[in-house]
This record gives sequence, structure tokens and C-alpha cells, in this order.
Amino acid sequence: MSDIITVRNLYKIFGDKPKVAIKALKEGMSKDDILRKHKQIVGVQDINFSVQEGEIFVLMGLSGSGKSTLQRLINRLHEPTSGEIVIKGTDIVKLNMKDLREFRQKNFCGMVFQNFAILPHRTVLGNVEFGLELQGVDKEERQEKARKIIRLVGLEGNEENYPSQLSGGMQQRVGLARGLAVDADILLMDEAFSALDPLIRRQMQDELLELQSRMKKTILFVTHDLDEAFRLGDRIAIMKDGLIVQMGTAEEIISKPADDYVKTFVEDMDRSAVLTAGTIMLPVKERAFTGDGPRTILRKIRRFGLSGILVTDSKRHLQGYIIAKELAEYVEKNKGKEDLKMDPSLVREALHVDRDMPLNEVINIYQEADYGPIAVVDAGQRLEGVIVRGAIIAALSEGYEVELNDSSEPTESTESRGPSESSKSSESHAPPDASASSRPGD
Amino acid sequence: MLPFRIPIRDWISTAVDYLVSEYAAVFDAFSALVYFLVDNFKDGMMYLHPLALIIVIAAITLKMAGWRVALFAVLGLMLSENIGLWRAFVETLALVLTAELLVMVVGLPLGVFAARNDRFHSIIRPVLDFMQTMPAFVYLIPAVMFFGLGLVPGVVATFVFALPPLIRLTNLGIRQVPKELVEAADAFGATGSQKLFKVQIPVAMPTIMAGVNQSIMLGLSMVVIAAMIGAGGLGEDVLRGIQRLQVGQGFEAGLVVVIMAIILDRITAGLGEQRSTT
Ligand SMILES: Nc1ncnc2c1ncn2[C@@H]1O[C@H](COP(=O)(O)OP(=O)(O)OP(=O)(O)O)[C@@H](O)[C@H]1O
Ligand SMILES: [Mg+2]
Repeated sequence: MSDIITVRNLYKIFGDKPKVAIKALKEGMSKDDILRKHKQIVGVQDINFSVQEGEIFVLMGLSGSGKSTLQRLINRLHEPTSGEIVIKGTDIVKLNMKDLREFRQKNFCGMVFQNFAILPHRTVLGNVEFGLELQGVDKEERQEKARKIIRLVGLEGNEENYPSQLSGGMQQRVGLARGLAVDADILLMDEAFSALDPLIRRQMQDELLELQSRMKKTILFVTHDLDEAFRLGDRIAIMKDGLIVQMGTAEEIISKPADDYVKTFVEDMDRSAVLTAGTIMLPVKERAFTGDGPRTILRKIRRFGLSGILVTDSKRHLQGYIIAKELAEYVEKNKGKEDLKMDPSLVREALHVDRDMPLNEVINIYQEADYGPIAVVDAGQRLEGVIVRGAIIAALSEGYEVELNDSSEPTESTESRGPSESSKSSESHAPPDASASSRPGD
Repeated sequence: MLPFRIPIRDWISTAVDYLVSEYAAVFDAFSALVYFLVDNFKDGMMYLHPLALIIVIAAITLKMAGWRVALFAVLGLMLSENIGLWRAFVETLALVLTAELLVMVVGLPLGVFAARNDRFHSIIRPVLDFMQTMPAFVYLIPAVMFFGLGLVPGVVATFVFALPPLIRLTNLGIRQVPKELVEAADAFGATGSQKLFKVQIPVAMPTIMAGVNQSIMLGLSMVVIAAMIGAGGLGEDVLRGIQRLQVGQGFEAGLVVVIMAIILDRITAGLGEQRSTT
């Protein structure tokens, strides 16, 4: 995965004495003091980061922390005070206005704004084809393309409607479609979903992830909402006073907050929405195979003192779950029989979840379960791990990274087999159409 | 107090004489243009049978302002014809249309320029303020100074009087285009003229149309006053009514002016609304 945007030593000072302000910053003066003493506003300072191709990179922070400023610097709606912004090998800070315009046309899918910023005098179709029109694409071609994108964002049938006839959520989609219609790969979204009510917002986030899995744009997404940041972001940069204070994946930030500022953010966070089944599952230490006889299986169970065991075929495809007590009774009843065959009715349906399922949904499933652990499977239904009650509780309390051991819940754990093997096999078997939210960094 | 009189009148006369003789060609060309426009409008409308013109106007009104106003237009125009003021009606309309055409040709670019250039805006704003506080009457003076009496100074006075609101509202409309819309266009790599013609002007259109509406209304009021310097049309009938104390005749002409004002107002107001709601 290569870097598509690289930002180095970027500063933006609003005011007439930027040099003074930068000097003061380098001497360690704070943003507030610079405003008080020199009357200069620090937009962003000392920014260094890269965004990889196909990644959703989220900028997040409190109001006034410099998120919008940073995003606007990336396509030079703001002129940087100093620093480099290298996009696909071109330092855009050095471009003249004409080249910059062309560069924007080629590389940016415009911008998606909090208040939509769609054109009131144009129909949905007219809005979506706007970017293509500016590029001089001829009418037939751009309308065909626009119609395709309109279908993609679920607005078909509204092509000829004006924005004032649409709901907020639909207008938002028009803004999104306008960006996606342009054949460029960097999409800038500034608080794009903030104006929506929570339900539609959630739906738009899902749709964005869905679209992203198909279109593979590079998205720089600004939000002040941590839940949104963690749901969407492959990586997240947390900003404060124009600085990036921490950068990393949701899990990294939640488990190792860099300072108290980040910690207060993370504390309000609904951890169960960030953590997924895959992050809290335990390796499967022992499993039964479809061909195993009842006595072999019982031996496996007894060896680890389990209350039951998951069954897979030889390719790790999940087949079901056997409850220890039922199996023991069956073996007891058929004591005398040599060559006892497995009774298929003993293999019950195994509760299972996708590895990307958020923890809060896992909890719901867990509450309905009356037997067994929850199996975690990949997109191809191959067993990857198990979730036991103790692990969920530990994950929800802050110290989820403390070791989760079986003794906390001996009745439901399974045993043996190293974690390395299970994760490796899931990697190599991963189908090409890996699920929507799989992270490019993986 | 002073032993002599300050000769303002002589200065002005000298200056005007100088300008008129020095730039005779310019003044002549302008006069020719005004005659050309007014005559064409007038001849075009007089060429049609009154009933045909009434139908045309009613159709436009129907499209822009709905059937109630269209019905009003039909009745009002038929009344005007009936009381023998048809020719005066057409003359006044031709005058208003000519003046408004000139106002748009000059006012729109100036308004756009004022919106894009703060310096020009800061110069023109006090001028516009000043122009709007002046009584309509005063505009007759420079018009007469340069063009004498007749149709042309009438159009000039009307033009000058009706110009400010269009510049003002065009400027305002474009300045009020949400910043995000312009930024969005920038982010897509729009050129300056693409921004202007695909975003700023269309988005500002309702406000610009309000400017057109206001200037037509001001223009119409001025055209009536301009009859005092011989511009002709309905104003002349009003004026004659007043001068000869023929109250009834003056009232009739005034009534036709009102009918025209209502029709023009509803049509141009409809323009702005249509843009903003569809
Ligand atoms: N055009 C401008 N002129 C002067 N100062 C500005 C300008 N734009 C932003 N700032 C200042 O830069 C700082 C960062 O602002 P920015 O808009 O980037 O914050 P933000 O993180 O996007 O906040 P929000 O969540 O409220 O949108 C603030 O102190 C702000 O006052
Ligand atoms: Mg912002």
C-alpha cells in the first residue's frame, strides 16, 4: 500500500505576522499565548502524516482544533504558511493557480460539506454531473455516469428533483454522489454527516463503508465525533490546538491513549461499538472434526474439562457444537458397543458471528444464547476463534488488554492449538472479496 | 453679501457646451440607439392588433404569474384600449422596456464587478446611496442638459434612476452566495468564469431578478415624470390632465399606469420566485 498524501512540517497561521508566530511556536509558546501576545491565530502547526491509497483517514478533535483548516490545506483552499503537501509525488504548495486548478480536477473528488453545499438551482442530476461538467466531459457521457452514481447512492428516481424537494439525508447523498462521480481518487469530507439525525447518520456511515469497499477512494474525513471516527477510520489522527496529538487505528488509540486529552475523549467512547468480535476472540484450543467418533470427542472434552466442543470439517468450516453432558450420556448409554458412531442429533447449531461484528451486537447475541461459546468465523464461514463471557466483560472494562484466561469461565472455554496457526490460516484462506470493512492495513 | 454673483450657471453651461460639442458623435450615436430601440419596440407592438398584443401579454402573465393576474391583465388592457389610451400605453411600455434593457446591459456587469472587487464596491456604494436619496425629479436636469427636450433625455433620466437597484441587488445576490458553494466549485477545480456562470450568477438569480423588478418599477414611475421634458406616452396624458384641470382625463391615464405597473410587477416578481422554488 503506497502513500498517496504526505504532509511534512505543515503550518498555517491566520494573521499578518506568520513568521513571528512560527518562531514563537518553535520556542514552545502555546496557541493561546500567541493569540494574546502576537494576535496571530494558529490554524495548524507542525503537521506530519501520510495517508495511504484506499484508506479512510479520519481527522478528529474538539471544535477549533484545526481539523477543517488541515483538510482545506490539503487541496489548498487555504494557502499553507509553510511546509510541504505532496500528493502523488507533486508538492501542491508549489503549483501556480492554473496548475493547481488542473491538479484539483484530476485528483480531488471535490469536497463534501457539513451543510451539503449542493447547488439549489440544479436538479440532482445537474448537481451530480457538476464536477464532470467543469472538466468538459460531454453531456451524454457525464449524464450517463451521473445516473450510475445516483443509483449507487440510492437516489434513483430523484434525478430531476431539486434539492429543496429532498430530505437532509438525501441532500447529503447528492453531495456524496457529486464527489464520487468525478474520476479522481481523493475525497475530502468535512463533518459530512454532522447535520443528520443519529439514525440516518448511522445509515450514511454504513453506506459510505459499503461504497468505499467498491470504489476504493482515498478519503480524508473530518469529524468531532469519536464514535464516527472509530467506525469509519482505518486510521485516526486526533488533533488539539492545531497539533496532531495521536495517530493510529481505533484499537491503538483506545488501548493506549497518548495523553490525558486523548484519554478524556476515549473515556466517553462506547467501547462496545469500536471493538469487534475479532479483537476480543480467543484462539480455539481444541475442536472436534466431523469424522471423529464419540469417544474421541469425549476424550478431547475431558482432557480440558470443557462443557462442550465446536465441530469443524477438515478445512475449518464450522459445522456445529456438541454439549459435553449430552455426549457423555450418549456414550454411557451405548457402553457395550464397539465402534460406536456419532449420533448427528447431538451436533447442535453453533452460535457464530462475523469477525467484524461490533461488540455491542455480539452482546445481544450472547444474551440469547443458552449453551456454548460464540464461534467467530471469517467471511468464508471458517472458524477463527471463540468468544467467552469473561472476554466480553473484560473488553468492556478499560483493561481489556489484560490477559484473558480460561479460568475466569472454565465451563465454556476450549483448549489447545496456538493462536498463530489460527490467524495464519484465516489470512491465507481469505477470499478476494474480503468483507467491506476489512482494513487495508491488515 | 458679496459684491458679485458666483457664476455657477455660466460654468455649467460652458462645461456642458464643451462636452456636447466635443463628444457630439457619442451623443448622437447614443440618441440614435435610443430612437432605434424605442421605435422598434413601439412599431413592433403597434403592428399587432391590440387584441393580439393583449393575448401575447396575457400568455406571458399566465406563465409567470398565474391565471388570476392573467385575467386581470386581459381586463385591464381591454379597458385601456376602450378608453382610447392604447397608443400611449404602447409608447410608455416601449420607453420602459428600452430603459430597462439599457439598465440590464450596464447594471448586471457593474453589479457583478462590484461583488468581485471590494475597492470598486466601496467607491460605487456611496454613489448609489446618493443616487437613491435624490428625488426622481432631479434626474431630469442633467438629462435635459445633455440631450435637450424629448424622448432621449426621458430615457436617459429613466435609465439613471432605475440603475441603482439592479447594481445593488446583483452585487448583494452574488455576495450572498454561500461561501461553501464557491469553495465546492473551487475544490472541483472550477475556473473563475465557471464559478461565475455556473454557480454565483445562477444562485444569485432570485436576488438579481428582484433587482430587475425594482428597477422596472422605478423606471415606470420615472417614465411618467419624464413626460415633463417631452418623453410622451401616458405621462403626457396625466400631465395634460393636471395642467388643464381635467381631473377625469388625468385619472384615466393614471389608472392605465397602475394597470401596467401591476402587470410588470407580477411578471418580474414571478421570474424571481420561479427560479428560487423550482
Ligand atoms: N479563515 C480563518 N481566519 C482566521 N482564523 C481561522 C480561519 N479559519 C479557522 N481559523 C482558526 O483556526 C483554528 C482552527 O479552526 P478550524 O476551523 O480548523 O477548527 P475545526 O477543528 O474544524 O473546528 P470545528 O469542529 O468547530 O469545525 C481556530 O482557532 C479558528 O478560529
Ligand atoms: Mg471544522
